[in-house]
Amino acid sequence: MAKHRGRGVATINYPIGMNLGGDPSQALVHSNPSGKFTVALSSIDLGQGMKSVTRQICAETLGVPVEDVYVDTADSDTGPHCMGSFASRGTHRVGNAVMVAAREARAVMMEAAAEELEVDPADLETDGRGSIQVKGAQHRSISVRDVAIAAQFRQGKTISGRGIFLVPLSDVDPETGEMSPATCYAHACLIAEVEVDDETGEVAVLKMTSAYEIGRAINPKLVEQQLVGGSWMGMSHALYETPEPYYPDTRNGPRDFNEYLMPGPGDICPHDILVLERPAPDGPFGAKGPGEMCANPVLPAVANAVFNAVGVRVNDLPITPEKILRALKARGGAAAPARAR
Amino acid sequence: MLEFRKDIFADERDDNLKEVGQPTQRQDMLGHVTGTSPYYDDHRFANLLHLKILRSPHAHARIRSIDDSAAARAPGVKRIIRAADVPVNLNTLLSLIQFGKDDEPSLATDIVRYKGEPILGIVATSERAALEAVALVRVSYDQLPAVFDVEEALKPGAPSVNPTYPKNTFEYYNKYDHQKLRYGDADAAIAQPDIVIDERYQMSPIEHAPTETNGSITVPDTNGRYIVYTSTQALFFSLDTSAKINAIQSNQLHFIGGTVGGGFGGKVDTLTEPLCILAARLIGAPVRYRFSRHEEMQFGSPRGGERIYVKDGVMKNGRIIARKVRAYFDSGAYTRLSSYAVVKCAAHIPGPYTIPNVHGDIFCVFTNRTPATAMRGFGVTALDFALECQMDRGATAVGMDPIEYRILNAYRDGDMKAHRREAKNCALIECAQVAAEKANWPLRDEFRKMSSRQGGGAAAHAGAAADRSRAPASAAPVRAPATTPTSTPQRVAYERPAPSAPPPRPAPPAPPPRNAPPPPAAPAGSTHGAPRFSSVFGTRRR
Repeated sequence: MAKHRGRGVATINYPIGMNLGGDPSQALVHSNPSGKFTVALSSIDLGQGMKSVTRQICAETLGVPVEDVYVDTADSDTGPHCMGSFASRGTHRVGNAVMVAAREARAVMMEAAAEELEVDPADLETDGRGSIQVKGAQHRSISVRDVAIAAQFRQGKTISGRGIFLVPLSDVDPETGEMSPATCYAHACLIAEVEVDDETGEVAVLKMTSAYEIGRAINPKLVEQQLVGGSWMGMSHALYETPEPYYPDTRNGPRDFNEYLMPGPGDICPHDILVLERPAPDGPFGAKGPGEMCANPVLPAVANAVFNAVGVRVNDLPITPEKILRALKARGGAAAPARAR
Repeated sequence: MLEFRKDIFADERDDNLKEVGQPTQRQDMLGHVTGTSPYYDDHRFANLLHLKILRSPHAHARIRSIDDSAAARAPGVKRIIRAADVPVNLNTLLSLIQFGKDDEPSLATDIVRYKGEPILGIVATSERAALEAVALVRVSYDQLPAVFDVEEALKPGAPSVNPTYPKNTFEYYNKYDHQKLRYGDADAAIAQPDIVIDERYQMSPIEHAPTETNGSITVPDTNGRYIVYTSTQALFFSLDTSAKINAIQSNQLHFIGGTVGGGFGGKVDTLTEPLCILAARLIGAPVRYRFSRHEEMQFGSPRGGERIYVKDGVMKNGRIIARKVRAYFDSGAYTRLSSYAVVKCAAHIPGPYTIPNVHGDIFCVFTNRTPATAMRGFGVTALDFALECQMDRGATAVGMDPIEYRILNAYRDGDMKAHRREAKNCALIECAQVAAEKANWPLRDEFRKMSSRQGGGAAAHAGAAADRSRAPASAAPVRAPATTPTSTPQRVAYERPAPSAPPPRPAPPAPPPRNAPPPPAAPAGSTHGAPRFSSVFGTRRR
């Protein structure tokens, strides 16, 4: 009786947005007379950080500090239509809509600034700190606040913009499945290291190492929270969770969190994450979406690591101690498989 | 814990940005950490009423009679809501995008098709009063045979679950009981390879387990409007579904969402809003309908179980030449969103690999269990589990390192995918390389030098597969001859090189015959063949 270590790998990709497209999102951006901007969305921030991502995209596009942008979400009277927060579509679809709206608002802002400074709008740039200046002549500048006041009370201009982003719906060929499912894909590779106890059948995940290519990390902290949280969910799917432990037999299902198995804080393992950015041609600043994909590679990587450790393959999730012990018994004990090299 | 590899793909990126890329704190952080961010259930109303649901105790049964007279007289009961009260009782979620037929009642009429199916609602002055009244309703049932296994459900003589789809499968394009994917000739190819790997995988159902259960509060507003506070993940999706079921105009509804205590796909189904709104309309008072933890665990839709058969044809040199996938999505008693995930699953086959012959048959199957729905990775998570376990088996079978086996078969820019679109913006190889490096997982030199930007598509035809060195960042993009996107792939000859040489990558849609010998490793920067860059495929964001 012993504990056996092994490691397994999985490489995956993930399509961004609703399959086949046809899932629009809209955004409205407008300034108040103090040069503070509001982004109006009906989109939902589930905690994944929709507000932060759209806020940073809006600030970058407008050329103003992020503190000067506030994102208002989840109101059907004030926010224009959005398909919803699912299918890894928030950053890509809503981010693009916000970008379009912010560009339109920026154009009016630069026009209003040009009128105040008596120059051509094409000669102006934002400094990202709340001012608009003549390119190459920084002393000729005006604050965004003064531009907003002038636009509202003197010029009669609305510093605002409308945005929509839609990937047109693709047809599907019923005979071949030919279709355009997505415009861009994120990528990942995850290596899981496990320890399997051949006496109890228990699996401990010791370490994960992963690389995620997500186009552009709009906010690295939010990317990290998604990837760490997602790997926990993947580990939970692989080893613990299900409402039907003997599926398709419907019996013995858990009814609350006392009976529904999930890994606890002590089961969480160190996770080294590397982030790669290959910008998507149609992503906002190249961004794709890490939200859904980050649970996916963990399931097979853990299953493959179990095989690498004790030489049994469990094809039915979750990989419970019971299944491992039964497989070990059928195999006649634990043994690491022959390594390729 | 998290680090960037900015050196990779640097030539495709403008890193001169001010706000994008910053670890800016959330604008709602203060509210979250001080417990003042408002959830739907934090809104307080005087005289709030509570809706509770009588649910079926049987997986499949005919309702002979319902006696709710005692419940109607119970203390605190304001109103009983029956199926006949629901203006448009039959609905399907994706009718909003014209996909599928209305197949699910808000309240069951004559037959219940899963354990937990709603039969009637009781609105009372407290949750306790509502629950006590629910317990007083007497229903007599004739139990019917039920089916729980996806493959049993497809056999002749199996109990028919859903009358809209009497054969227990969703109907695609008004003609097929499944979604097809056909690319090359997998059957012919699988008859010939060195190794065939044929396996069955089973994804378990999963509960979303949100900290905050599904729920909503409807408050009658002035001028015939209703304010709905909700935990939905998709505000207009839920609003339009609710308007349809209640047969009212969408602008009579004012949906307010906001902070959500976990969704993961389980708050798209609009499980509470339609009946909550109906109750508030019938009574003219604020009504709350929220799931208990027990309801969330037992009757809130889960991730469905998926059974997936994968059959690979693999050559001794490590190249996969054929992959067949047959998958069954357990939709439960009604469609909800599983029909959509089936198409997404077909699009995902054969995974991020270039395989010249691919065959997929994906079924959306009805069984007598709680309807399944979207969950994180919908349509893909289970398939990735099956395919990546299968990849591991393939590597073991041919005696290759599992990462090298994946890199060898990985899709690259310019490769043709099984759904007949050209791959672009690929990065699977780079992810595998840097993860292996970080984990001290040794890879052979030629595999460390491979690139998603080289050796794909037409370049593979031209014999450039051996030019695996990563192109220098300064190299000018060269336009390579494009493959015809709709060309039918043909089976090509697959040579078997000496074990020491890296195996060549055969091109999927190659015009036969092609017998390029395995070329020797070319020096870095060789113009042998056409180097490939993302700009070949059009706009590249700078």
